Amino acid sequence: MVNPTKSYRNTFIILVVALLLIFIVNISLGSVYIPLKQLFLAFIDGEVERESWKSILLNYRLPKAITAIIVGSGLSISGLLMQTLFRNPLAGPFVLGISSGASLGVAILILGASFFGGTIASFAFSSWGHAIAASIGAFLVLSAVMLAAIKVRNTMSILIIGLMFGSLTASVISVLAYFSSANQLQQYLFWSFGSLGNLSWNEILVLLIIFLIGITFVIFIIKPLNSLLLGENYAKSMGVNVKRTRNLTLISTSLLTGVITAFSGPIAFIGLAVPHLTKLLFSTSNHKILVPAVAISGAIIMLICDSIAQLPTSEYTLPINAITSLFGAPIIIWLLVRKRKITY
Amino acid sequence: MDLKNQHIIKTANLSIGYASKKKVNTIAANLTIEIDKGKLVCLLGKNGIGKSTLLRTLTKVQPALSGEIFINNSNLKTLNSIDLAKSLSLVLTEHLPESNLSVYELVALGRQPYTNWVGNLSETDLKFIDIALEQTNTKHLSNAKYYELSDGQLQKVLIARALAQNTDIIILDEPTAHLDIHHTIETLALLKKLAVTYNKTIIVSTHEINLALQLADILWLMTPSNFMADTTENLIENNCLDQLFESDLIGFNKTLKQFTLSNSY
Repeated sequence: MVNPTKSYRNTFIILVVALLLIFIVNISLGSVYIPLKQLFLAFIDGEVERESWKSILLNYRLPKAITAIIVGSGLSISGLLMQTLFRNPLAGPFVLGISSGASLGVAILILGASFFGGTIASFAFSSWGHAIAASIGAFLVLSAVMLAAIKVRNTMSILIIGLMFGSLTASVISVLAYFSSANQLQQYLFWSFGSLGNLSWNEILVLLIIFLIGITFVIFIIKPLNSLLLGENYAKSMGVNVKRTRNLTLISTSLLTGVITAFSGPIAFIGLAVPHLTKLLFSTSNHKILVPAVAISGAIIMLICDSIAQLPTSEYTLPINAITSLFGAPIIIWLLVRKRKITY
Repeated sequence: MDLKNQHIIKTANLSIGYASKKKVNTIAANLTIEIDKGKLVCLLGKNGIGKSTLLRTLTKVQPALSGEIFINNSNLKTLNSIDLAKSLSLVLTEHLPESNLSVYELVALGRQPYTNWVGNLSETDLKFIDIALEQTNTKHLSNAKYYELSDGQLQKVLIARALAQNTDIIILDEPTAHLDIHHTIETLALLKKLAVTYNKTIIVSTHEINLALQLADILWLMTPSNFMADTTENLIENNCLDQLFESDLIGFNKTLKQFTLSNSY
């Protein structure tokens, strides 16, 4: 008898344990050495040897690790949704220009703040301001790419259109940058390097709320996304409202990519590479399994990248984007070169 | 009993084609179709004549230019998509997008109109999937990935998916297009079996005319000027098959009941 719905419970348990371990490793690493025992004491509200350790852990390392988890999960889920919706294994938030759209939203807000004056300028520097601007930017570019994708069925063309949108937004940002003050420019540049640190607990709350809203949308499109694996016509013939599914996918991806890009800057390759790695581990296309699997794997890989970026035992921190690209680009090349066809 | 009630598919003054802002391109007008349950219908006609357009219109993939279509006595225009999915399933010619789907997962997708919001398979769903795999003789392929299958196997799996959808009507657009003669016969014979044994109403467009002549209960002939729907015997009797191709190269041989090459080539 065939095993109809293969259970992946063991794989999930291993992934969750791996996540916990890498989480502990991540917060134990940094320029200041903190003994493991003290680390646990700090979290169970016990007496810590030095007050500064507790402060480093609670105000710096813990927020950063939580940010890494949200960023990794959110971008990876976005990538998975893009790959199914565009029927394209190479789709992802970065490749399709959606991160660039979010960047444009933030750029207009920061660099253009002086044009808008008073109230908007102060809004521009609030965390909600960044989040909303980035989500709108992401949504606009994603809708444009989607419209193009409805007309152009060729998967390669869609990727090129996404890259073109990326270039377009980059040039608009250059023009804005040219006319803005040194102060604004510096603020934008630091943001665009990408960083998981520097988020206050308040900002993490904003990130988390929008992340959860995005995930809620995703849960409701798991079933129709599965039918889209057979293409739109089959999906329609099985009673799926393709237009509604497409819109919900667009909204959830824009929210996830938008808010993440707003707080951590444009982060490359996570959204593209993690779904593929996960599919190697889980040999299925069922989104009911893939969505949680991709979320956990994304969190793990983001924490690993962040741990490497901290350059253990050194006081320097590398830009997170450099690490994710170093990790992601070779994986994509390997997937493409490998004989087996890559699937999504 | 009202006569209309006996037909599982019925059309009234149906016109099919494409309407754009500038002009209306009518492919066929005034089609009157009536099909009884459990019949195998073969749709014949040369390339580009509008077979796919007719099938797309009957399945609500594209709108009719005018006229009405009734599926199980419900007007197609007012039938909601879930109810339609429960009475009519499709097997299309288009290539499937790349994915990791196994044969079992692919067939299980046929249960989508019946599963809950997150797509959990109930005992009933599992039973129907099992039956579909058995009826198409594809159970041994369950764990294979669909992209590992041969064209003939894939076609059977796609039919299994349609069967899992548990609909009275199955519509297939050129299911034999990429198949060799062995798999072509196997596929069409399977469809005949489904119609006879399980009372499925099956509409299939095909270029396998000589096989269609032997297997079909009803033939639909599409020519540039005409649409003819009748039993094979009646169409032969009335010399309708000669009109299918307006070519000197091929002709219908009434004694053999087959199309043959003419002597004039």
